[in-house]
Amino acid sequence: MNQLVFAIVTMLAGVLACAFYFFATNWILDAIFPSKGLSGAKASQNLRTTNAIRPWLFMLPALLALAIYLVYPVFESVRLSFHDRSGENLVGLSNFFWMLSDGEFRQSIFNNFLWLLVVPALSTFFGLVIAALTDRIWWGNIAKTLIFMPMAISFVGAAVIWKFVYDYRAEGSEQIGILNAIVTYFGGSPEAWITLPFWNNFFLMVILIWIQTGFAMVILSAALRGIPEETLEAAVIDGANGLQIFFKIMIPQIWGTIAVVWTTITILVLKVFDIVLAMTNGQWQTQVLANLMFDWMFRGGGDFGRGAAIAVVIMVLVVPIMIWNIRNAMRETGGH
Amino acid sequence: MSGATRSPLSIVVHLSVLLLVALWTLPTAGLLISSLRDKDQLAVSGWWTALSTSTQNLVYRAPSPETQVERDGKFVVAGNVMEGQQAEVSAFGFNSREPAAFQPGETVQMNDGERLTVQADGTFEIVSDTRMEGTRGQRIFFTAAIPPRFTLDNYREVLRAEGIGQSFINSLTVAIPSTIIPILVAAFCAYALAWMRFPGRAILIAVVVGLLVVPLQMSLIPLLKLYNGVGAFLGVPAKTYVGIWLAHMGFGLPLAIYLLRNYMAGLPKEIMESARVDGASDFDIFVKIILPLSFPALASFAIFQFLWTWNDLLVAIVFLGTGNDELVLTGRLVNLLGSRGGNWEILTASAFITIIVPLIVFFALQRYLVRGLLAGSVKGG
Repeated sequence: MNQLVFAIVTMLAGVLACAFYFFATNWILDAIFPSKGLSGAKASQNLRTTNAIRPWLFMLPALLALAIYLVYPVFESVRLSFHDRSGENLVGLSNFFWMLSDGEFRQSIFNNFLWLLVVPALSTFFGLVIAALTDRIWWGNIAKTLIFMPMAISFVGAAVIWKFVYDYRAEGSEQIGILNAIVTYFGGSPEAWITLPFWNNFFLMVILIWIQTGFAMVILSAALRGIPEETLEAAVIDGANGLQIFFKIMIPQIWGTIAVVWTTITILVLKVFDIVLAMTNGQWQTQVLANLMFDWMFRGGGDFGRGAAIAVVIMVLVVPIMIWNIRNAMRETGGH
Repeated sequence: MSGATRSPLSIVVHLSVLLLVALWTLPTAGLLISSLRDKDQLAVSGWWTALSTSTQNLVYRAPSPETQVERDGKFVVAGNVMEGQQAEVSAFGFNSREPAAFQPGETVQMNDGERLTVQADGTFEIVSDTRMEGTRGQRIFFTAAIPPRFTLDNYREVLRAEGIGQSFINSLTVAIPSTIIPILVAAFCAYALAWMRFPGRAILIAVVVGLLVVPLQMSLIPLLKLYNGVGAFLGVPAKTYVGIWLAHMGFGLPLAIYLLRNYMAGLPKEIMESARVDGASDFDIFVKIILPLSFPALASFAIFQFLWTWNDLLVAIVFLGTGNDELVLTGRLVNLLGSRGGNWEILTASAFITIIVPLIVFFALQRYLVRGLLAGSVKGG
């Protein structure tokens, strides 16, 4: 309990310090370059100076934090990826050569591509279908809330939930995992699903799809509602049926939003870590890049060179999406 | 929307949505139901049978012959095989080869001249004409229909013995400041990027958008080194709450700035212009006009950040220790998955405690969450 009090006190102190910083710097700026009660030329010159400085005062804390926590680490990680495990001796490209020859790394790359192929596609697909269906029924909002709910659950919590679904008991004894119970009910024999090489990847992916479908659904549902009524009415008058309207009118109009959902989930998939750590910790050939990187960060006291090299690989995979995002944002804010 | 007519198609729509909703909610429902079940029942039957009476084969050892009492010239050991619980005995036996050989109410001749009777309610009597010998009690095998039992024992156990209670406080300690501190910092920055004119603004916006997607993995090793260095330099531990608050702030800022900037840029220009004509400075405009108007966007970000920091595992195990006073709920749950992998009564109760706070936040503030998602994604992010 003490530490909660400590946390709240620190929090208040932090917020007050921030508020104090903004008030104080502004006050000082106005005191050094006063614009009130001065003659015209001097006042307007001071006004111009303060207007040039003030934005930077407003942004300074945020820019500092971004620089320390995100910008500097990117460059430092790249630098470290050319160094050995202690991060002190330059080793050139040998971390990257090591990767190419390492079976576990190749396994991770392969699994990551599987995840990239399956999870964004299925999440977006289910999200789109559910968004389209729930718009037509009176209890659609309740349905949406329930499907959206896993968004709030942590990956670790979701891993426990699904590990329970996949729970395995030896054949003949009563199954308490619902998947094996269904399989045995239909006469199959129970399996330890998460230990089946190759297929177990898909059982882990189900968890992320389960979480992310709600996200896709919410965004695509808003996009579907944004389609102008006139185009739909025109299609109905021209005699299009439900499926034709969906595939030929609705989908093309929300194509941009589908791309945004797809890329957002893609980035999440590249960073997937908690689910694999909690379910298998990379055993039974389910290793992925983010978990492998975490593993090397601490394995045998920590190999910072190889860990950083794996992080750089993840970063390189993200860069195309990053550029695409920036170009979109620039186009949108260009006028403003 | 679609007329009131119940066409076959609309029934198909209703049914398929129902199926999807069931698929999406059943796993969580199973967890919640299991966490409330008696741990012996949970271990032998699926949660979907929780409401039905379960049939179990059980063994009971009668009190030793030393407790026999003499009654009407006979020697009797009596008691109840259910030991006080509610259940119905459907069969019984006295050796393990035929554990369900007899019906309740029957009187059975055992090998050594003793007679055993077990009633449906579990009361039993062992009667002998001569004084019974030995110190070990007779084993009685029985099949009982046990009614469903729900209990909060699992929660009591994990909160006390498994350290979940401490971790709950640790998680709160991490999440609350990590949510509040970045808001003010981000809001000032967002205002500058939205409404102030200065060279380089477009580039800074582009940088923020770019930083939105930088993988956390890139930051881990350099920051770990940095924290170790700072800790050694100042003579303090490298892994502290202050460290993780700042880390969460840094990682949350791009989204915060981006969300708030988009929202502020959409506010009507006229308000600011008329305030400026009245002689208000940028600082006044921000504090008195923009900040109050931006409340919905601030709430959206706060919910995101809270869910993210509460649910985070990676940042917590890298930048905060794994000791009892630091381990957060997600970290504790991963540990339990390793050490108590088969004890579902512990895992389900712990997992439910872990997800209950985000679920409350989710259901209470869903409106803001949806709004934030839309602002963050439909507009290009």
